[in-house]
Amino acid sequence: MTKARMIRAKLAVPINEERDHVRGPRAAPVTLVEYGDYECPYCGRAYSVVKDLEQRAGNLVRFVFRNFPLTTVHPHAERAAEEAEAAGAQGKFWEMHDLLFENQQALEDEDLMGYGALVGLDIPRFVRDMRESRYLNRIREDFLSGARSGVNGTPTFFINGLRHDGPWDLATLMAAIEVAAREGRR
Amino acid sequence: MITRNLVAFAFVLSITCAPAFAELGPKDGANLAPTDLERIKVGQPAPDFTLENMDGKLVSLSDFRGKPVVLVFYPADWSPVCGDQVVLYNELLPEFQRFNAALLGASVDNYWSHLAFAKDRKLRFPLLSDFEPKGAVARSYGAYRQQEGISERALFVIDADGKIRWSYLSPLDVNPGAEGILDALEALDSKREVAA
Repeated sequence: MTKARMIRAKLAVPINEERDHVRGPRAAPVTLVEYGDYECPYCGRAYSVVKDLEQRAGNLVRFVFRNFPLTTVHPHAERAAEEAEAAGAQGKFWEMHDLLFENQQALEDEDLMGYGALVGLDIPRFVRDMRESRYLNRIREDFLSGARSGVNGTPTFFINGLRHDGPWDLATLMAAIEVAAREGRR
Repeated sequence: MITRNLVAFAFVLSITCAPAFAELGPKDGANLAPTDLERIKVGQPAPDFTLENMDGKLVSLSDFRGKPVVLVFYPADWSPVCGDQVVLYNELLPEFQRFNAALLGASVDNYWSHLAFAKDRKLRFPLLSDFEPKGAVARSYGAYRQQEGISERALFVIDADGKIRWSYLSPLDVNPGAEGILDALEALDSKREVAA
């Protein structure tokens, strides 16, 4: 039997600026990727950590979010992910991403509709996209790319393409990012 | 006094139960080596077994001949890491099905525990009870932790002919994820396409 591998899991699908949701300075030496689920309470905590991190790390880090909804245990997660993607199609991904994580307890369909209005989406287009589940395939692609990369729960972070194992509190993530910045490999 | 009786009873039981374990294979006996990474190697036939699933039906590995099987040993229902692991595999069922593969989970938990656990996590694949004799199937795969009395967190990909094609032993407290399984299934698939 193969023993526990020494090599850490790697991001199987590299960041694509055209496709991925990227926040922060493009030229940052470190890329932090999160595979997350809008209904997962740990991801809710990670959301605040990442916000603080972005403040502190300044020009060191750009942040990428990919979907990893665990639909059987989190029945609202996939719909919420669809909503964020539908908002993304209208250039409002991060507004919606933040709003969803700040309102994790209210992810029913009528809540989602309200958030659409709140971030100022073109509502008829948004309603159509949601009804047709237009972004479901994309979410599935994210999920599979995560599974192929060794995502084993949510949230899972990758720092410059390598899975970050262990705790992800602000101090730990910050230290890991500083190390990655020094190593200088994106 | 009671303790002494209990010890004596356990001793008698261990002697009388030994022959049941002996059927597992030449390397197995009353003092089965628990985790034995070398017990089955890639390319060897996977030990067949028949275990009860959570519908109370008996499931044998040989029932799945003709399609790949992903066999997942995990230490226990309800523990947080396993929770994530089975939930992850549950989400990936469509992907496993794309490779025509069956997914089987196994632990030493009994039928009732499996039933409640599967219902709670909304699992859509069978959990098998390696309950009596305890851990016998895990032992035959070299994936049993004698001291704790639970199976290892171990993954096996078995091909359509019932041969082991990939295996992985994860540290007990680490969810191994699915990328190794998916890579192994993909390798099987490409081999089949080449052969066809």
